[in-house]
Amino acid sequence: MKIGVLAYQGSFEEHALQLKRAMSRLNFQGEIKPVKKSSDLKELDGIIIPGGESTTIGIVAQKLGVLSDLKAKISEGLPVLGTCAGAIMLAKDVADAKVLKKSQPLIGEMDIQVIRNYYGRQRESFEATLDFSAIGGEKGKAVFIRAPAIVKAWGDSRPLITLQGIIVMAEEKNMLATTFHPELSDTSIVHEYFLKHVKR
Amino acid sequence: MRLYELSFYEIESFFYKLAEIKDILKDDNLLQVSPTLEKGDILQGTSMVKHAFPIFQKGGVVMDVTNVTQAQIAEDAGATAVMVLDKLPYDVRKSGGVARMADPKIIEEVMTSITIPVMAKVRIGHYYEARVLEALGVDMIDESEVLTPADEEHHINKWQFKVPFVNGARSLGEALRRINEGASMIRTKGEAGTGNVSEAVKHIKLINSEIAQLLSMSEEDRLKKSRELQVPYQLVELTVKLKRLPVVNFAAGGIATPADAALMMWLGADGVFVGSGIFKSSDPDQRAKAVVLATANWEDPEIVLEAQKMISESKSMMGIDIKTLKPEELLQVRGS
Repeated sequence: MKIGVLAYQGSFEEHALQLKRAMSRLNFQGEIKPVKKSSDLKELDGIIIPGGESTTIGIVAQKLGVLSDLKAKISEGLPVLGTCAGAIMLAKDVADAKVLKKSQPLIGEMDIQVIRNYYGRQRESFEATLDFSAIGGEKGKAVFIRAPAIVKAWGDSRPLITLQGIIVMAEEKNMLATTFHPELSDTSIVHEYFLKHVKR
Repeated sequence: MRLYELSFYEIESFFYKLAEIKDILKDDNLLQVSPTLEKGDILQGTSMVKHAFPIFQKGGVVMDVTNVTQAQIAEDAGATAVMVLDKLPYDVRKSGGVARMADPKIIEEVMTSITIPVMAKVRIGHYYEARVLEALGVDMIDESEVLTPADEEHHINKWQFKVPFVNGARSLGEALRRINEGASMIRTKGEAGTGNVSEAVKHIKLINSEIAQLLSMSEEDRLKKSRELQVPYQLVELTVKLKRLPVVNFAAGGIATPADAALMMWLGADGVFVGSGIFKSSDPDQRAKAVVLATANWEDPEIVLEAQKMISESKSMMGIDIKTLKPEELLQVRGS
């Protein structure tokens, strides 16, 4: 099993470590590859789009021609986990809480509406306990940093976990999106869930 | 891509353990030891939340800006954040006088016009500039030697704030002392406003070699070293375990070209701050984009070459050779 992590910017190192631990917990043999060029997308069984600044990740990925290739792979069924900025990249409909519509390069394959900076600025960033029972886990701590919110899910997309009535994790076929940071969490359950998805 | 021995969560547990030593903070409810959360509870401004923010800046470029127009150029170029200043370091150098925090009206204008995080600088030890910026809601505060220090002896106790701080450092001791005071991110100092990267290179190399020395020391010598550096032994131990600084570390000071940025990344920086280098050049739009591209792809010389071709050396800022500066003109020595 070969899992890529889009590695221009953001929490890619943290994802790689959490992924490695999830693999060993599940007893899966696998390899973790940083993805920066289109050729890095070859022979991947899954990919993670980390947290970071979605504008930066989008601009750099577009400039190097990775964005369109990645979009094609995902629409063909490549399993993907998008966290925070990654969830923004995956969404079909994106707005900003303050600046409203903002044009930025995105993948736009998932039937979810995402609002950037939904909870506010860094001052409003928070940690909370989430109930991971919907994906086979227990309670665990999660960190939300200038987090977006998934305000709507339609079509084949469905909410998996909510916090105070707002969707924080959603799933659609090969795509998983979280608005929190499972790579910074005390549990690797989200990565394990994703890896089981890849194996299927 | 680097893989570390400890996860973010484990590093955080360590910081909470360190907090047990800091009883005053606990009494003020500023630091809770492994805070217990009920389902649905939300906790803001914790150590974990402050240390997490800079992780999402890694691989990115933070650009100094003085107005909304520059902030928009930075955002469109793919900067991960902007740093709002009253004057760019190059102009601070030229104008002299006391350099203070930027005008809150301008910071506010920048905050409402772009979606990326907005940082701003305060004078070293100036609790009230920091309180003002926290009230304004900036995403990160830079307690910076580029401004005139307000306190010649002490830095701000950053554990008392809910907003994360970044601090400059020239050596391992400076870096660990700032982390011990609550900095969530370190900025290895260069010599700001010179367009000359040599000091930034010197300092990141020094920190790297000091960490390498720690690794080869006996426990006994590390204990001695922690006393010398005036930081808790536990923090030294954490650095040894991680083989790096325990918080995100960006390089700054004199970065003027894409290749400069790539060089700092190759030396082990997690990202870069670019100040005068962009808006004191005559091709800021292109240069900003090129520096972002080179920083995110520093391992690949061909992409750095492409970035370097996007700019023209004839348009780079003129730069100042450090050797021509008088000792009293150096900014890096402030606040050690």
